[in-house]
Amino acid sequence: MSQVKTETIQQEKKIAKKVKPSHIIIHILLILLALICIVPFYIMIVYGTHTNADIASKFIILPGQALADNYQYMTENINIWRGFLNSFIIAGCSTALTLYFGALNAYGFAKYKFRGNKVLFWFVLATMMVPQQLGLVGTFRIMYMLNLLDTHLALILPAAANAFAVFFVKQFIDGTIPNEVIESARVDGAGEFKTFNRIILPMLAPALAALGIFAFIGSWNNFIGPLVLLFSNEKYPLPLLVQLLQGYYGTNYGVQYLGVALSVLPIIIVFAIFSKRIIGSVAIGAVKG
Amino acid sequence: MFSKTLQKDNYGYLFIAPFFIIFLVFGLYPILYSFYLSFTDWDGFTTPASVGLENYLRLFGDFFFWKTLFNTLAIWIVSVIPQLTVSLVLAVVLHEKFVKGKSIFRAVFFFPNIVTAASLGLLVALIFSWQAGSFNQFLMGLGIINDPVHWTDKPYFMRGLVSSILFWQYFGYSMIIYIAGLQGISRDLLEAAEIDGASKVRVFFSITLPLLKPIILFQVVTSIIGGMQIFDQPYTLTNGSGQPDNATLTSVMYLYDTAFTRYQYGYGSAIAFGLFIVIVIFSILSFTMMNMRTKNEQN
Repeated sequence: MSQVKTETIQQEKKIAKKVKPSHIIIHILLILLALICIVPFYIMIVYGTHTNADIASKFIILPGQALADNYQYMTENINIWRGFLNSFIIAGCSTALTLYFGALNAYGFAKYKFRGNKVLFWFVLATMMVPQQLGLVGTFRIMYMLNLLDTHLALILPAAANAFAVFFVKQFIDGTIPNEVIESARVDGAGEFKTFNRIILPMLAPALAALGIFAFIGSWNNFIGPLVLLFSNEKYPLPLLVQLLQGYYGTNYGVQYLGVALSVLPIIIVFAIFSKRIIGSVAIGAVKG
Repeated sequence: MFSKTLQKDNYGYLFIAPFFIIFLVFGLYPILYSFYLSFTDWDGFTTPASVGLENYLRLFGDFFFWKTLFNTLAIWIVSVIPQLTVSLVLAVVLHEKFVKGKSIFRAVFFFPNIVTAASLGLLVALIFSWQAGSFNQFLMGLGIINDPVHWTDKPYFMRGLVSSILFWQYFGYSMIIYIAGLQGISRDLLEAAEIDGASKVRVFFSITLPLLKPIILFQVVTSIIGGMQIFDQPYTLTNGSGQPDNATLTSVMYLYDTAFTRYQYGYGSAIAFGLFIVIVIFSILSFTMMNMRTKNEQN
């Protein structure tokens, strides 16, 4: 057995040693494409450290020394850290609601055979196909009626009804949570909601982690929602502050680059740490979806 | 015993209730209210006045609406065709054993997808600006051009630029989904075909592609729904103007502009439903086209 293995390994080594020209070309093309993906982000970071005069005069490759000046100039009009905080509040709370109520709903559909279960579940699935912009004007109206315009709640509350979350978690429950778990909890005298909160919810952790990444990124990057529902600068999340940069600093390119860089850098850092998990959850979501 | 389980089963309603209450208030009601508004004239302050089908008749004859629809479709098609093909090729290549640094390539190609679209729009606007744009500086540095080019004045170029941003953002995402699909195809099957003498290209077209069909269809349909709603990138790229010559004004930008900067909520709602009808038609078309192909192949 081991002999067979070593033989195949040797064969593979032979194949690997014969470097085909086509393989080299493929690698060069891959590297080129990767460069195209990276260069704009590199430009963004480097240009944020230069004065407007530098930027207007030549193509720049290395970082400059105007970072502090650009930063100070930017903070005169734009409180980027406030934007971070707002984005965190909105995306964090939205994600928590999406996960908890998505799981609650999925559990209800997966483990209780009430009348209308199938029809209602299909209804939830169907809502996934409805484009968001369809209710844009109506959303504005209901937020006005509920006095929620220009509040973070207007962006957070609707996250409790995320159809994709229901679908995603139900698949996971169907595949991994046996009825025996629930029955034994009932025998022990636990109520239905206690069973869900104490026993089921922790078991859903892997699915919720993957889903949470999606939900957080989606909410963090949301642009048209806050554009329509928020009016005060101090309540704006990052994407809206980025858009404000254009208005305030139309011709000051260094400051605008710096603002964009500050909005993207955290994403780069988070992605550098969690890229495997993030990509993994995209793949899971797609295959199950 | 029986009645006991029945009682327990009714607990299900309690579990699904919060979701449905939120959905009715923030999901369904806004859509129904928008539908109602699309038959009214409403400035946001007075009571909506019923105007019957007037908004839809206006929409049908609104040259501007058709233009934004054309822009949206043009931007979508120019981005989605390379997106779905390049990503498929990349997925197949990155599935090959000989490629080095697979996970790095995967990560780099995917990364733009999670970056805020609004930030990407502004970044590209800065790079392609006239006087201080690094793209012009780069071309001048290489001696390709002598004077900076006014890229932002060129309608076709700017529309292409929006498509490019979308491609940049989504090809890596498509690639990840294709790779997930490829991992569902057994390697033994592909290797057996190669041992039987089929070339890589032949294996791709005869085995891989047909097996990936459900995933391709999934990607086409989701990209229609997403692509018809393009907003963030052209909005931030052009600072909300949709210029030059309204070439980058998409339908959702027109909807936003009509409802929220000119306060014509009724007509804005009609635009939303007009666009929805277009999305439904295209979704059905792509479904039937895919199904017809399958049937033809079976015959």
